[in-house]
Amino acid sequence: MTRRRLVSSEQFTGWAFVSPGVAVILLFGAVPILWSAVMSFQRNNLLSPDTPFVGLANYRQMAHDPVVAQAIQHTLVYTALFVPGTMAVGLFLAVAMNRQIRFINFYRTAAYATVAISTISEAIVFIWLFDPSYGVVNYFLGLIGIPPQQFLNSPSQALYVIVVMTIWGWTGFAVVIYLAALQGVPQALTEAAAIDGAGPWQAFRRITLPLLSPATLFLAVWLTINALQLFDEVYLSTQGGPLNATTVLVYYLYNQAFQQFNFGYASAIAYFLFLVIIVVTVIQFRVGRRLTYYRS
Amino acid sequence: MTATSAPARGRVRSAGRAAPPGRRRRRLPFSPWHLVLLPATVVLLFPFWWLLITSLETPAEALHFPPVLVPHTLRFANYPDALASAPFGRFFLNSAVVATVTVLCNLVLCSLAGYAFARFRFLGRTALFAVIMATLMVPFQVTMIPQFIIVKWLGVHVLAGVGINHLGALILPNAATAFGIFFLRQFFRTLPVEYEESARVDGASRLTVLIRIVLPLAAPALATLAALTFLDSWNNFLWPLIAITSTNQMTLPLGLATFQGAHQTEWTLMMAGNVMSLVPMLVIFFLAQRYFVRSVAATGLAGT
Repeated sequence: MTRRRLVSSEQFTGWAFVSPGVAVILLFGAVPILWSAVMSFQRNNLLSPDTPFVGLANYRQMAHDPVVAQAIQHTLVYTALFVPGTMAVGLFLAVAMNRQIRFINFYRTAAYATVAISTISEAIVFIWLFDPSYGVVNYFLGLIGIPPQQFLNSPSQALYVIVVMTIWGWTGFAVVIYLAALQGVPQALTEAAAIDGAGPWQAFRRITLPLLSPATLFLAVWLTINALQLFDEVYLSTQGGPLNATTVLVYYLYNQAFQQFNFGYASAIAYFLFLVIIVVTVIQFRVGRRLTYYRS
Repeated sequence: MTATSAPARGRVRSAGRAAPPGRRRRRLPFSPWHLVLLPATVVLLFPFWWLLITSLETPAEALHFPPVLVPHTLRFANYPDALASAPFGRFFLNSAVVATVTVLCNLVLCSLAGYAFARFRFLGRTALFAVIMATLMVPFQVTMIPQFIIVKWLGVHVLAGVGINHLGALILPNAATAFGIFFLRQFFRTLPVEYEESARVDGASRLTVLIRIVLPLAAPALATLAALTFLDSWNNFLWPLIAITSTNQMTLPLGLATFQGAHQTEWTLMMAGNVMSLVPMLVIFFLAQRYFVRSVAATGLAGT
Protein backbone atom coordinates (compact mmCIF):
# COMPACT_ATOMS: atom_id res chain seq x y z
CA MET A 1 0.00 0.00 0.00
CA THR A 2 1.49 3.33 -0.97
CA ARG A 3 1.73 6.30 1.35
CA ARG A 4 -0.63 8.31 -0.85
CA ARG A 5 -3.42 5.72 -0.64
CA LEU A 6 -2.98 5.53 3.09
CA VAL A 7 -3.45 9.25 3.40
CA SER A 8 -6.44 9.55 1.06
CA SER A 9 -8.12 6.61 2.79
CA GLU A 10 -7.72 8.51 6.04
CA GLN A 11 -9.93 11.27 4.64
CA PHE A 12 -12.80 8.88 4.13
CA THR A 13 -12.31 6.67 7.20
CA GLY A 14 -11.74 9.72 9.36
CA TRP A 15 -15.08 11.19 8.43
CA ALA A 16 -16.79 7.81 8.59
CA PHE A 17 -15.51 7.26 12.13
CA VAL A 18 -16.39 10.68 13.51
CA SER A 19 -19.71 11.33 11.75
CA PRO A 20 -22.15 9.41 13.96
CA GLY A 21 -20.80 10.84 17.21
CA VAL A 22 -20.25 14.29 15.80
CA ALA A 23 -23.74 14.32 14.26
CA VAL A 24 -25.27 13.76 17.70
CA ILE A 25 -23.16 16.49 19.27
CA LEU A 26 -23.85 18.96 16.47
CA LEU A 27 -27.60 18.29 16.48
CA PHE A 28 -28.10 18.31 20.26
CA GLY A 29 -25.17 20.51 21.30
CA ALA A 30 -23.88 22.95 18.72
CA VAL A 31 -27.14 23.71 16.91
CA PRO A 32 -29.11 24.33 20.13
CA ILE A 33 -26.38 26.67 21.40
CA LEU A 34 -26.78 28.90 18.34
CA TRP A 35 -30.54 28.45 18.25
CA SER A 36 -31.08 29.56 21.83
CA ALA A 37 -28.80 32.55 21.18
CA VAL A 38 -31.15 33.54 18.35
CA MET A 39 -34.20 32.82 20.49
CA SER A 40 -32.95 35.11 23.21
CA PHE A 41 -33.45 37.99 20.77
CA GLN A 42 -36.95 36.89 19.80
CA ARG A 43 -40.34 37.05 21.40
CA ASN A 44 -41.25 33.38 21.57
CA ASN A 45 -44.20 32.42 23.72
CA LEU A 46 -47.54 30.70 23.51
CA LEU A 47 -49.46 33.91 22.90
CA SER A 48 -48.69 34.05 19.21
CA PRO A 49 -47.31 31.69 16.57
CA ASP A 50 -44.83 34.26 15.20
CA THR A 51 -41.45 34.75 16.73
CA PRO A 52 -40.49 38.32 15.83
CA PHE A 53 -37.04 39.69 16.63
CA VAL A 54 -37.25 42.11 19.52
CA GLY A 55 -33.60 43.06 19.89
CA LEU A 56 -32.44 43.24 23.46
CA ALA A 57 -35.96 43.33 24.92
CA ASN A 58 -35.58 40.01 26.73
CA TYR A 59 -32.31 41.07 28.29
CA ARG A 60 -33.78 44.43 29.23
CA GLN A 61 -36.77 42.71 30.81
CA MET A 62 -34.35 40.57 32.79
CA ALA A 63 -32.57 43.62 34.14
CA HIS A 64 -35.88 44.91 35.52
CA ASP A 65 -37.28 41.61 36.74
CA PRO A 66 -37.17 41.59 40.57
CA VAL A 67 -37.35 37.78 40.63
CA VAL A 68 -34.20 37.56 38.50
CA ALA A 69 -32.40 39.80 40.98
CA GLN A 70 -33.56 37.55 43.81
CA ALA A 71 -32.59 34.43 41.87
CA ILE A 72 -29.08 35.78 41.25
CA GLN A 73 -28.71 36.62 44.92
CA HIS A 74 -29.91 33.19 46.06
CA THR A 75 -27.71 31.41 43.53
CA LEU A 76 -24.63 33.30 44.67
CA VAL A 77 -25.38 32.86 48.39
CA TYR A 78 -25.97 29.17 47.83
CA THR A 79 -22.74 28.77 45.84
CA ALA A 80 -20.71 30.75 48.37
CA LEU A 81 -21.86 28.41 51.15
CA PHE A 82 -22.03 25.10 49.32
CA VAL A 83 -18.65 25.13 47.56
CA PRO A 84 -16.36 25.93 50.52
CA GLY A 85 -18.56 23.81 52.80
CA THR A 86 -18.27 20.71 50.62
CA MET A 87 -14.54 21.24 50.12
CA ALA A 88 -13.90 21.65 53.85
CA VAL A 89 -15.89 18.54 54.75
CA GLY A 90 -14.25 16.57 51.92
CA LEU A 91 -10.73 17.64 52.80
CA PHE A 92 -11.21 16.99 56.51
CA LEU A 93 -12.64 13.51 55.98
CA ALA A 94 -10.10 12.58 53.30
CA VAL A 95 -7.18 13.56 55.54
CA ALA A 96 -8.71 11.59 58.40
CA MET A 97 -9.25 8.58 56.13
CA ASN A 98 -5.81 8.69 54.52
CA ARG A 99 -4.29 6.13 56.89
CA GLN A 100 -4.38 2.40 57.45
CA ILE A 101 -6.37 1.97 60.65
CA ARG A 102 -9.04 -0.53 61.60
CA PHE A 103 -12.44 -0.16 59.86
CA ILE A 104 -10.93 2.31 57.40
CA ASN A 105 -12.61 0.55 54.48
CA PHE A 106 -15.93 0.82 56.26
CA TYR A 107 -15.43 4.56 56.87
CA ARG A 108 -14.41 5.14 53.27
CA THR A 109 -17.29 3.14 51.83
CA ALA A 110 -19.76 5.03 54.02
CA ALA A 111 -18.49 8.33 52.65
CA TYR A 112 -18.39 7.10 49.05
CA ALA A 113 -21.96 5.80 49.30
CA THR A 114 -23.33 9.33 48.89
CA VAL A 115 -21.96 9.23 45.32
CA ALA A 116 -24.49 6.51 44.52
CA ILE A 117 -27.59 8.38 45.76
CA SER A 118 -29.48 10.46 43.21
CA THR A 119 -30.35 14.09 43.87
CA ILE A 120 -34.01 13.11 44.00
CA SER A 121 -33.56 10.37 46.61
CA GLU A 122 -31.33 12.72 48.58
CA ALA A 123 -33.89 15.52 48.50
CA ILE A 124 -36.77 13.26 49.58
CA VAL A 125 -34.82 11.91 52.57
CA PHE A 126 -33.82 15.40 53.66
CA ILE A 127 -37.33 16.80 53.29
CA TRP A 128 -38.36 14.07 55.72
CA LEU A 129 -35.41 14.61 58.10
CA PHE A 130 -36.15 18.34 58.21
CA ASP A 131 -39.94 18.03 58.35
CA PRO A 132 -41.14 20.83 60.69
CA SER A 133 -43.74 18.70 62.52
CA TYR A 134 -42.41 15.14 62.55
CA GLY A 135 -38.80 15.49 61.43
CA VAL A 136 -36.05 13.86 63.40
CA VAL A 137 -33.82 16.95 63.18
CA ASN A 138 -36.27 18.96 65.22
CA TYR A 139 -36.32 16.11 67.72
CA PHE A 140 -32.52 16.21 68.08
CA LEU A 141 -32.59 20.00 68.39
CA GLY A 142 -35.20 19.60 71.11
CA LEU A 143 -32.82 17.37 73.05
CA ILE A 144 -30.36 20.26 73.31
CA GLY A 145 -33.08 22.74 74.14
CA ILE A 146 -33.66 24.38 70.76
CA PRO A 147 -37.35 24.91 69.84
CA PRO A 148 -38.72 23.30 66.64
CA GLN A 149 -37.75 25.11 63.45
CA GLN A 150 -39.79 25.57 60.26
CA PHE A 151 -36.78 24.71 58.01
CA LEU A 152 -37.99 24.33 54.39
CA ASN A 153 -41.22 26.20 55.23
CA SER A 154 -39.31 29.21 56.48
CA PRO A 155 -38.18 31.89 54.01
CA SER A 156 -35.13 32.60 56.16
CA GLN A 157 -34.02 28.96 56.56
CA ALA A 158 -35.03 27.05 53.42
CA LEU A 159 -31.94 27.91 51.39
CA TYR A 160 -29.64 26.80 54.21
CA VAL A 161 -31.40 23.45 54.48
CA ILE A 162 -30.75 22.99 50.76
CA VAL A 163 -27.09 23.87 51.37
CA VAL A 164 -26.90 21.16 54.05
CA MET A 165 -28.57 18.48 51.94
CA THR A 166 -26.40 19.15 48.90
CA ILE A 167 -23.18 19.22 50.95
CA TRP A 168 -24.15 15.80 52.27
CA GLY A 169 -24.88 14.60 48.73
CA TRP A 170 -21.51 15.78 47.39
CA THR A 171 -19.38 14.65 50.35
CA GLY A 172 -18.52 11.33 48.73
CA PHE A 173 -17.36 13.04 45.56
CA ALA A 174 -15.11 15.48 47.41
CA VAL A 175 -13.66 12.68 49.57
CA VAL A 176 -12.87 10.56 46.51
CA ILE A 177 -11.10 13.44 44.77
CA TYR A 178 -9.09 14.46 47.85
CA LEU A 179 -8.21 10.87 48.79
CA ALA A 180 -6.93 10.21 45.27
CA ALA A 181 -4.85 13.39 45.46
CA LEU A 182 -3.56 12.55 48.95
CA GLN A 183 -2.37 9.19 47.69
CA GLY A 184 -0.14 11.15 45.32
CA VAL A 185 1.55 13.02 48.16
CA PRO A 186 4.86 11.21 48.75
CA GLN A 187 5.18 10.15 52.37
CA ALA A 188 8.92 10.83 52.17
CA LEU A 189 8.16 14.56 51.97
CA THR A 190 5.99 14.74 55.08
CA GLU A 191 8.40 12.46 56.95
CA ALA A 192 11.31 14.65 55.95
CA ALA A 193 9.42 17.65 57.28
CA ALA A 194 8.83 15.83 60.56
CA ILE A 195 12.55 15.09 60.79
CA ASP A 196 13.27 18.77 60.23
CA GLY A 197 11.10 19.54 63.22
CA ALA A 198 7.79 20.48 61.62
CA GLY A 199 4.69 19.63 63.64
CA PRO A 200 1.87 17.74 61.98
CA TRP A 201 -0.12 20.93 61.36
CA GLN A 202 2.88 22.70 59.82
CA ALA A 203 3.66 19.71 57.60
CA PHE A 204 0.04 19.67 56.49
CA ARG A 205 -0.06 23.41 55.80
CA ARG A 206 3.33 23.70 54.10
CA ILE A 207 3.58 20.38 52.26
CA THR A 208 0.32 18.46 51.93
CA LEU A 209 -1.96 21.42 51.20
CA PRO A 210 0.21 22.86 48.38
CA LEU A 211 0.53 19.40 46.83
CA LEU A 212 -3.28 19.11 46.96
CA SER A 213 -3.82 22.46 45.27
CA PRO A 214 -4.55 21.03 41.79
CA ALA A 215 -7.30 18.88 43.31
CA THR A 216 -8.55 21.89 45.27
CA LEU A 217 -8.74 24.01 42.13
CA PHE A 218 -10.54 21.25 40.26
CA LEU A 219 -13.07 20.79 43.06
CA ALA A 220 -13.65 24.52 43.39
CA VAL A 221 -14.36 24.87 39.67
CA TRP A 222 -16.40 21.68 39.36
CA LEU A 223 -18.52 22.30 42.46
CA THR A 224 -19.11 25.91 41.48
CA ILE A 225 -20.32 24.98 38.00
CA ASN A 226 -22.71 22.49 39.58
CA ALA A 227 -23.81 24.90 42.30
CA LEU A 228 -24.69 27.60 39.78
CA GLN A 229 -26.91 25.01 38.06
CA LEU A 230 -28.74 23.92 41.22
CA PHE A 231 -32.21 22.69 40.30
CA ASP A 232 -33.26 19.16 41.34
CA GLU A 233 -33.32 19.74 45.09
CA VAL A 234 -35.15 23.06 44.75
CA TYR A 235 -37.73 21.61 42.38
CA LEU A 236 -38.45 18.77 44.77
CA SER A 237 -38.29 20.42 48.17
CA THR A 238 -39.56 23.98 47.83
CA GLN A 239 -40.48 24.74 44.18
CA GLY A 240 -38.61 27.99 44.66
CA GLY A 241 -40.65 29.00 47.73
CA PRO A 242 -41.52 29.96 50.34
CA LEU A 243 -41.96 33.52 49.03
CA ASN A 244 -39.29 32.91 46.34
CA ALA A 245 -36.73 32.33 49.10
CA THR A 246 -35.14 29.44 47.20
CA THR A 247 -35.74 30.58 43.63
CA VAL A 248 -32.35 30.08 42.00
CA LEU A 249 -31.48 30.95 38.41
CA VAL A 250 -32.05 27.52 36.87
CA TYR A 251 -35.31 27.05 38.72
CA TYR A 252 -36.60 30.39 37.43
CA LEU A 253 -35.35 29.51 33.96
CA TYR A 254 -37.19 26.17 34.05
CA ASN A 255 -40.29 27.93 35.32
CA GLN A 256 -40.18 30.50 32.53
CA ALA A 257 -39.43 27.92 29.82
CA PHE A 258 -41.62 24.94 30.67
CA GLN A 259 -44.33 26.33 32.93
CA GLN A 260 -44.88 29.78 31.39
CA PHE A 261 -43.56 28.79 27.93
CA ASN A 262 -41.64 32.02 27.47
CA PHE A 263 -38.92 30.42 25.38
CA GLY A 264 -37.41 33.73 24.33
CA TYR A 265 -37.14 35.14 27.82
CA ALA A 266 -35.92 31.81 29.22
CA SER A 267 -33.19 31.66 26.55
CA ALA A 268 -31.98 35.09 27.63
CA ILE A 269 -31.79 33.86 31.24
CA ALA A 270 -29.93 30.75 30.06
CA TYR A 271 -27.34 32.87 28.28
CA PHE A 272 -26.99 35.08 31.31
CA LEU A 273 -26.36 31.95 33.41
CA PHE A 274 -23.77 30.82 30.85
CA LEU A 275 -22.06 34.20 31.15
CA VAL A 276 -22.01 33.96 34.95
CA ILE A 277 -20.49 30.47 34.77
CA ILE A 278 -17.80 31.60 32.31
CA VAL A 279 -16.89 34.68 34.36
CA VAL A 280 -16.74 32.77 37.65
CA THR A 281 -14.71 29.93 36.12
CA VAL A 282 -12.23 32.29 34.47
CA ILE A 283 -11.75 34.13 37.77
CA GLN A 284 -11.21 30.83 39.56
CA PHE A 285 -8.61 29.72 37.05
CA ARG A 286 -6.86 33.12 37.15
CA VAL A 287 -6.70 33.16 40.94
CA GLY A 288 -6.11 29.41 41.05
CA ARG A 289 -3.14 29.52 38.71
CA ARG A 290 -1.29 31.76 41.11
CA LEU A 291 -2.11 29.60 44.12
CA THR A 292 -1.76 26.20 42.49
CA TYR A 293 1.40 24.21 42.65
CA TYR A 294 2.05 21.67 39.89
CA ARG A 295 4.90 19.27 40.45
CA SER A 296 5.50 18.37 36.81
CA MET B 1 8.43 15.92 70.96
CA THR B 2 11.68 17.77 70.53
CA ALA B 3 13.63 18.27 67.35
CA THR B 4 16.64 16.41 68.75
CA SER B 5 14.80 13.17 69.33
CA ALA B 6 13.20 13.30 65.89
CA PRO B 7 16.04 11.89 63.72
CA ALA B 8 16.25 8.71 65.80
CA ARG B 9 12.52 8.31 65.48
CA GLY B 10 12.65 8.63 61.77
CA ARG B 11 15.20 5.83 61.45
CA VAL B 12 13.52 3.12 63.46
CA ARG B 13 10.16 3.97 61.87
CA SER B 14 7.03 2.63 63.44
CA ALA B 15 8.63 1.03 66.48
CA GLY B 16 10.25 4.30 67.52
CA ARG B 17 7.10 6.25 66.76
CA ALA B 18 5.08 4.42 69.40
CA ALA B 19 7.14 5.50 72.40
CA PRO B 20 9.59 8.40 72.52
CA PRO B 21 12.67 7.26 74.42
CA GLY B 22 12.73 7.71 78.18
CA ARG B 23 9.14 8.82 78.57
CA ARG B 24 6.06 6.66 78.14
CA ARG B 25 3.03 8.55 76.97
CA ARG B 26 -0.38 7.31 77.91
CA ARG B 27 -1.95 6.16 74.66
CA LEU B 28 -5.43 5.27 73.57
CA PRO B 29 -5.84 1.58 72.78
CA PHE B 30 -6.96 2.67 69.29
CA SER B 31 -6.04 5.35 66.79
CA PRO B 32 -7.37 8.77 67.89
CA TRP B 33 -8.68 9.28 64.36
CA HIS B 34 -11.54 6.94 65.24
CA LEU B 35 -12.83 9.70 67.54
CA VAL B 36 -13.31 11.85 64.45
CA LEU B 37 -14.26 9.23 61.89
CA LEU B 38 -16.85 7.36 63.92
CA PRO B 39 -19.13 10.36 64.62
CA ALA B 40 -18.64 11.63 61.06
CA THR B 41 -19.65 8.26 59.68
CA VAL B 42 -22.71 8.14 61.92
CA VAL B 43 -23.79 11.54 60.57
CA LEU B 44 -23.11 10.47 56.98
CA LEU B 45 -25.02 7.22 57.33
CA PHE B 46 -27.89 8.55 59.43
CA PRO B 47 -30.00 9.67 56.43
CA PHE B 48 -29.70 6.15 54.95
CA TRP B 49 -30.66 4.61 58.29
CA TRP B 50 -33.61 6.94 58.77
CA LEU B 51 -34.80 6.24 55.25
CA LEU B 52 -34.75 2.50 55.91
CA ILE B 53 -36.40 2.81 59.35
CA THR B 54 -39.23 4.98 58.07
CA SER B 55 -39.89 2.59 55.21
CA LEU B 56 -40.56 -0.17 57.77
CA GLU B 57 -42.77 1.79 60.18
CA THR B 58 -46.52 2.04 60.41
CA PRO B 59 -47.91 5.41 59.27
CA ALA B 60 -48.83 6.12 62.92
CA GLU B 61 -45.25 5.54 64.05
CA ALA B 62 -43.86 7.72 61.27
CA LEU B 63 -46.13 10.58 62.31
CA HIS B 64 -45.33 10.18 65.98
CA PHE B 65 -43.40 12.90 67.75
CA PRO B 66 -40.91 12.40 69.34
CA PRO B 67 -39.89 10.10 66.48
CA VAL B 68 -39.69 6.35 66.98
CA LEU B 69 -35.98 5.73 66.55
CA VAL B 70 -36.32 1.92 66.50
CA PRO B 71 -39.67 0.60 65.22
CA HIS B 72 -41.50 -1.99 67.36
CA THR B 73 -42.48 -4.16 64.43
CA LEU B 74 -41.14 -4.12 60.90
CA ARG B 75 -43.96 -3.34 58.52
CA PHE B 76 -42.81 -4.82 55.20
CA ALA B 77 -46.27 -4.23 53.74
CA ASN B 78 -45.17 -0.68 52.90
CA TYR B 79 -43.25 -2.10 49.96
CA PRO B 80 -46.16 -3.86 48.21
CA ASP B 81 -48.30 -0.82 49.06
CA ALA B 82 -45.81 1.50 47.34
CA LEU B 83 -45.61 -0.84 44.35
CA ALA B 84 -49.41 -0.83 44.14
CA SER B 85 -49.57 2.96 43.94
CA ALA B 86 -46.72 3.52 41.47
CA PRO B 87 -45.01 1.20 38.95
CA PHE B 88 -41.53 1.26 40.48
CA GLY B 89 -40.64 -1.88 38.55
CA ARG B 90 -41.43 -0.08 35.33
CA PHE B 91 -39.45 3.01 36.40
CA PHE B 92 -36.52 0.78 37.22
CA LEU B 93 -36.74 -1.02 33.89
CA ASN B 94 -36.93 2.30 32.01
CA SER B 95 -33.93 3.66 33.89
CA ALA B 96 -31.97 0.47 33.25
CA VAL B 97 -32.81 0.46 29.52
CA VAL B 98 -31.98 4.13 29.08
CA ALA B 99 -28.73 3.92 31.05
CA THR B 100 -27.55 0.70 29.39
CA VAL B 101 -28.31 1.79 25.83
CA THR B 102 -26.78 5.22 26.48
CA VAL B 103 -23.60 3.61 27.80
CA LEU B 104 -23.34 1.24 24.81
CA CYS B 105 -23.94 4.07 22.31
CA ASN B 106 -21.31 6.19 24.01
CA LEU B 107 -18.74 3.41 24.05
CA VAL B 108 -19.20 2.76 20.32
CA LEU B 109 -19.60 6.32 19.04
CA CYS B 110 -17.00 7.94 21.30
CA SER B 111 -14.46 5.18 20.57
CA LEU B 112 -14.87 5.64 16.83
CA ALA B 113 -14.73 9.43 16.95
CA GLY B 114 -12.05 9.57 19.63
CA TYR B 115 -9.84 7.20 17.69
CA ALA B 116 -10.22 9.16 14.46
CA PHE B 117 -9.43 12.43 16.25
CA ALA B 118 -6.42 10.81 17.91
CA ARG B 119 -4.85 9.11 14.90
CA PHE B 120 -6.23 10.17 11.51
CA ARG B 121 -5.49 13.26 9.48
CA PHE B 122 -8.55 14.38 7.59
CA LEU B 123 -9.91 17.62 6.29
CA GLY B 124 -11.72 19.63 8.95
CA ARG B 125 -10.41 17.58 11.86
CA THR B 126 -9.14 20.54 13.85
CA ALA B 127 -12.23 22.65 13.24
CA LEU B 128 -14.59 19.81 14.11
CA PHE B 129 -12.69 19.02 17.28
CA ALA B 130 -12.77 22.68 18.31
CA VAL B 131 -16.56 22.77 17.87
CA ILE B 132 -16.93 19.67 20.03
CA MET B 133 -14.71 21.13 22.73
CA ALA B 134 -16.76 24.32 22.67
CA THR B 135 -19.99 22.42 23.37
CA LEU B 136 -18.29 20.83 26.37
CA MET B 137 -18.26 24.17 28.18
CA VAL B 138 -21.90 25.09 27.63
CA PRO B 139 -24.31 24.22 30.45
CA PHE B 140 -27.31 22.04 29.61
CA GLN B 141 -29.72 24.85 30.44
CA VAL B 142 -28.58 26.75 27.36
CA THR B 143 -29.34 23.87 25.02
CA MET B 144 -32.42 22.37 26.65
CA ILE B 145 -35.10 24.52 25.00
CA PRO B 146 -33.93 23.96 21.39
CA GLN B 147 -33.23 20.32 22.29
CA PHE B 148 -36.84 20.01 23.42
CA ILE B 149 -38.05 21.55 20.12
CA ILE B 150 -35.75 19.32 18.04
CA VAL B 151 -36.75 16.13 19.86
CA LYS B 152 -40.41 17.05 19.52
CA TRP B 153 -39.94 17.66 15.78
CA LEU B 154 -38.01 14.40 15.31
CA GLY B 155 -40.78 12.47 17.05
CA VAL B 156 -43.45 13.92 14.79
CA HIS B 157 -41.60 13.92 11.46
CA VAL B 158 -38.90 11.24 11.62
CA LEU B 159 -39.32 8.51 14.21
CA ALA B 160 -41.89 8.40 17.01
CA GLY B 161 -39.52 6.37 19.20
CA VAL B 162 -37.14 9.29 19.72
CA GLY B 163 -39.90 11.87 20.22
CA ILE B 164 -41.28 13.47 23.35
CA ASN B 165 -42.63 10.91 25.81
CA HIS B 166 -40.52 8.05 24.46
CA LEU B 167 -37.43 6.51 26.01
CA GLY B 168 -35.53 7.27 22.80
CA ALA B 169 -35.83 10.95 23.66
CA LEU B 170 -33.73 10.27 26.76
CA ILE B 171 -31.12 8.24 24.85
CA LEU B 172 -30.51 9.94 21.52
CA PRO B 173 -29.38 13.40 22.72
CA ASN B 174 -26.85 11.68 25.02
CA ALA B 175 -25.81 8.90 22.64
CA ALA B 176 -22.42 10.56 22.23
CA THR B 177 -20.91 13.21 24.47
CA ALA B 178 -18.17 15.73 23.89
CA PHE B 179 -16.64 14.62 27.17
CA GLY B 180 -16.53 10.97 26.02
CA ILE B 181 -14.86 11.81 22.71
CA PHE B 182 -12.33 14.08 24.37
CA PHE B 183 -11.63 11.62 27.18
CA LEU B 184 -11.02 8.65 24.85
CA ARG B 185 -9.01 10.70 22.38
CA GLN B 186 -6.68 11.73 25.18
CA PHE B 187 -6.32 8.12 26.27
CA PHE B 188 -5.75 6.74 22.75
CA ARG B 189 -2.97 9.26 22.22
CA THR B 190 -1.04 7.82 25.17
CA LEU B 191 -0.95 4.34 23.55
CA PRO B 192 2.16 3.36 21.54
CA VAL B 193 1.34 3.66 17.85
CA GLU B 194 3.71 0.83 16.78
CA TYR B 195 1.25 -2.02 17.35
CA GLU B 196 -1.31 -0.28 15.20
CA GLU B 197 1.21 0.41 12.44
CA SER B 198 2.45 -3.15 12.28
CA ALA B 199 -1.12 -4.46 12.15
CA ARG B 200 -1.81 -2.05 9.30
CA VAL B 201 1.27 -3.32 7.45
CA ASP B 202 -0.11 -6.84 7.90
CA GLY B 203 -3.22 -5.69 6.06
CA ALA B 204 -5.69 -5.11 8.91
CA SER B 205 -8.36 -2.49 8.28
CA ARG B 206 -8.69 0.63 10.44
CA LEU B 207 -11.75 -0.80 12.13
CA THR B 208 -10.03 -4.10 12.84
CA VAL B 209 -7.07 -2.27 14.37
CA LEU B 210 -9.43 -0.27 16.58
CA ILE B 211 -11.43 -3.29 17.72
CA ARG B 212 -8.64 -5.86 18.04
CA ILE B 213 -5.72 -3.77 19.25
CA VAL B 214 -6.69 -0.34 20.55
CA LEU B 215 -9.90 -1.07 22.48
CA PRO B 216 -8.44 -3.95 24.55
CA LEU B 217 -5.58 -1.67 25.55
CA ALA B 218 -8.09 1.05 26.45
CA ALA B 219 -10.23 -1.17 28.71
CA PRO B 220 -9.64 0.94 31.87
CA ALA B 221 -10.63 4.14 30.06
CA LEU B 222 -13.70 2.47 28.56
CA ALA B 223 -14.74 1.18 31.99
CA THR B 224 -14.36 4.67 33.45
CA LEU B 225 -16.39 6.24 30.66
CA ALA B 226 -19.04 3.54 31.08
CA ALA B 227 -19.33 4.13 34.83
CA LEU B 228 -19.53 7.92 34.48
CA THR B 229 -22.08 7.74 31.67
CA PHE B 230 -24.17 5.25 33.61
CA LEU B 231 -24.20 7.47 36.72
CA ASP B 232 -25.11 10.55 34.67
CA SER B 233 -27.92 8.79 32.88
CA TRP B 234 -29.26 7.07 35.99
CA ASN B 235 -29.40 10.31 38.01
CA ASN B 236 -30.53 12.65 35.24
CA PHE B 237 -33.66 14.51 36.27
CA LEU B 238 -34.12 17.81 34.43
CA TRP B 239 -34.21 16.41 30.89
CA PRO B 240 -36.63 13.53 31.69
CA LEU B 241 -38.78 16.06 33.56
CA ILE B 242 -39.08 18.04 30.33
CA ALA B 243 -39.23 15.19 27.84
CA ILE B 244 -41.46 12.65 29.61
CA THR B 245 -45.03 13.15 30.82
CA SER B 246 -46.66 9.73 30.87
CA THR B 247 -46.07 7.51 33.88
CA ASN B 248 -45.16 4.47 31.79
CA GLN B 249 -42.12 6.15 30.26
CA MET B 250 -40.74 7.66 33.46
CA THR B 251 -37.28 6.87 34.78
CA LEU B 252 -36.70 6.32 38.51
CA PRO B 253 -35.83 9.91 39.56
CA LEU B 254 -38.79 11.32 37.66
CA GLY B 255 -41.15 8.56 38.84
CA LEU B 256 -40.00 9.05 42.41
CA ALA B 257 -40.45 12.83 42.20
CA THR B 258 -43.94 12.39 40.77
CA PHE B 259 -44.77 9.84 43.45
CA GLN B 260 -43.56 12.28 46.08
CA GLY B 261 -45.82 14.96 44.66
CA ALA B 262 -48.84 12.65 44.84
CA HIS B 263 -48.18 11.23 48.32
CA GLN B 264 -46.90 14.27 50.20
CA THR B 265 -47.66 13.05 53.71
CA GLU B 266 -47.48 9.29 53.28
CA TRP B 267 -43.91 9.12 54.47
CA THR B 268 -43.77 5.36 54.94
CA LEU B 269 -44.85 4.73 51.34
CA MET B 270 -42.51 7.40 50.03
CA MET B 271 -39.54 5.99 51.88
CA ALA B 272 -40.38 2.46 50.70
CA GLY B 273 -40.39 3.76 47.14
CA ASN B 274 -37.18 5.61 47.79
CA VAL B 275 -35.48 2.52 49.20
CA MET B 276 -36.54 0.52 46.15
CA SER B 277 -35.06 3.11 43.81
CA LEU B 278 -31.86 3.40 45.82
CA VAL B 279 -31.05 -0.22 46.53
CA PRO B 280 -30.19 -1.33 42.97
CA MET B 281 -27.77 1.58 42.68
CA LEU B 282 -26.22 0.91 46.09
CA VAL B 283 -25.79 -2.79 45.23
CA ILE B 284 -24.09 -1.92 41.94
CA PHE B 285 -22.00 0.58 43.83
CA PHE B 286 -20.80 -1.93 46.43
CA LEU B 287 -20.05 -4.58 43.80
CA ALA B 288 -18.13 -2.19 41.57
CA GLN B 289 -16.84 0.14 44.26
CA ARG B 290 -13.29 0.11 42.93
CA TYR B 291 -14.40 1.11 39.45
CA PHE B 292 -16.77 3.74 40.78
CA VAL B 293 -14.19 5.34 42.96
CA ARG B 294 -11.53 5.20 40.28
CA SER B 295 -13.92 6.68 37.74
CA VAL B 296 -14.95 9.55 39.97
CA ALA B 297 -11.30 10.17 40.80
CA ALA B 298 -10.59 10.14 37.06
CA THR B 299 -12.84 13.18 36.57
CA GLY B 300 -10.56 14.99 38.99
CA LEU B 301 -7.41 13.80 37.27
CA ALA B 302 -8.84 14.84 33.91
CA GLY B 303 -9.49 18.27 35.36
CA THR B 304 -6.05 18.89 36.76
